[in-house]
Amino acid sequence: MGKTIIPIGPYHPLQEEPEFFTLTVEGETVVDIDMRMGYNHRGIEKLSEMKTFENSTFVVERICGICSTSHPYAYTRAVEDIFPMEVSMRSKYIRTIIAEGERIHSHLLWLGLAGHFLGYNTVYMWAWKLREEILDVMEILSGNRNAYAMFKPGGVRRDINAEDIPISLKKIDSILPTLDMLKKAVLDDPVLHARLKGVGVMSYQEAIDFSALGPTSRASGVARDVRKDSPYGAYQEMEWDMIVTKNGDVFDKAVIRILEMFEAAKIMKYCLNNLPDGEIDAKIKDVPPGEGIGHIEAPRGETFHYVKSDGTNRPVRHKVRAPTFMNLPTYKATIKGQTISDATIILAAIDPCYCCTERIAVKDGKGRMLYNGQDLIRLSRSKTEKIRQRMGGR
Amino acid sequence: MSLKLKALLKSPWVFHLSTGSCNNCDIEILDCLTPRFDIERFGMLLVGSIKHADVLLVTGSCNRMSVERLKVLYEQVPKPCLVVAIGTCAGSRGIFKDSYNCPVPLDKIIPVDVYIPGCPPKPEAMIAGVVKLIEKVGGSK
Ligand code: SF4
Repeated sequence: MGKTIIPIGPYHPLQEEPEFFTLTVEGETVVDIDMRMGYNHRGIEKLSEMKTFENSTFVVERICGICSTSHPYAYTRAVEDIFPMEVSMRSKYIRTIIAEGERIHSHLLWLGLAGHFLGYNTVYMWAWKLREEILDVMEILSGNRNAYAMFKPGGVRRDINAEDIPISLKKIDSILPTLDMLKKAVLDDPVLHARLKGVGVMSYQEAIDFSALGPTSRASGVARDVRKDSPYGAYQEMEWDMIVTKNGDVFDKAVIRILEMFEAAKIMKYCLNNLPDGEIDAKIKDVPPGEGIGHIEAPRGETFHYVKSDGTNRPVRHKVRAPTFMNLPTYKATIKGQTISDATIILAAIDPCYCCTERIAVKDGKGRMLYNGQDLIRLSRSKTEKIRQRMGGR
Repeated sequence: MSLKLKALLKSPWVFHLSTGSCNNCDIEILDCLTPRFDIERFGMLLVGSIKHADVLLVTGSCNRMSVERLKVLYEQVPKPCLVVAIGTCAGSRGIFKDSYNCPVPLDKIIPVDVYIPGCPPKPEAMIAGVVKLIEKVGGSK
């Protein structure tokens, strides 16, 4: 049978972000997939090098709206790694609370969208309705619904008021029964079982080979979680479980995310109940020359930041690696041999976040580097300038 | 007011276009459709094809890849069509103004009717913005 190529995108109703896939199909079966990215590239690493250490926090927050905690968290940890310094326990607790709140809202968002892709809009509406409640908690705690702006190198920017804690705890408690209902509705649904089990399977070995991260790898039995493997924040202070399953299909990825929400709520509640007293800001004055790395477990996997300082008030190099960067190539393993109608949910199952991922170097087929970051930036600048001239200035 | 425009204002169908955004604005747009805000009550519907759209909701800072595509897409929309720039990015590029990959603001590429500032604007702000748009267009003439 002849092969057909189906282009998807870049602007398509499936996912909110622009990206371009080409599916090669034989009849109904997908035999290969190719991706083209770059529709979201905004030059964040370079922008961050133009800002001071403190201001860069706001730039990295805008890498991705869903991970608006993960990136600043990893970035601040990278800056704090450059020189020996202690972050106060209180700010660690506050950071943990915000990070776990983000995990709940991100997983609910995914669950809703996954339901939407399956044509199961009830789940979509339920999950997003529930998500509003957790956004309310975040608004109470941080003042913002989505971009929390809570982080700064050396601590947090805003304290949590004592009078906000009981209301937040009550709200978290009030969503747990609904979450439980949602869990049962999704996990016991025979239709979803039929639709998701055995679809888009990634084996243990493939997860290792592709270096998959986060829920994508944990669904295949790879017990990897930065929060356990190299603890940071307040994660050592309480008991919580890492959720690992072993089937590696889309259903297991959903199970992991659903169960993780309960763990996240547990961690949040513990932190709110046991918030220690103390300063929230270590008041960093100067950053000495050196390099630092910071990595944290974002909802989608490990987010990694590298910062190099030369003793001035700006980073000279800032490198970001988002989890989707590692998870995207797993499509090559999961989508082959599946039908086109399953392709949408398999593409969605890693919870892709293209905004996070879009940073590049150009290599030829043999792996030689054709352009590195600096060349690309130079080329890019001149091309941007051309477009700008043509469109009549900035 | 032309009959077409009048009909459009009754139930504006929106198409959402991300031109290199951080996702936050896009999610807040979807939020408007879900139970708490539920703008479908007012006849607004998120459509999957640009050929069905009356209103374009544009988010993001218009990076180089999207400049050309935006123009093409704008040509494809049935006219009259209204354009709403959502978020600081689409309004003025905000924090990305100095980026090497974001050449011009949105309003240099296609005409914009309403700007909704905020990073991201709350769903309430978006709804208020669309209401203002309807008032502006419906009120003139
Ligand atoms: S305005 Fe802010 S929230 Fe919206 S896309 Fe731009 S950076 Fe993201």
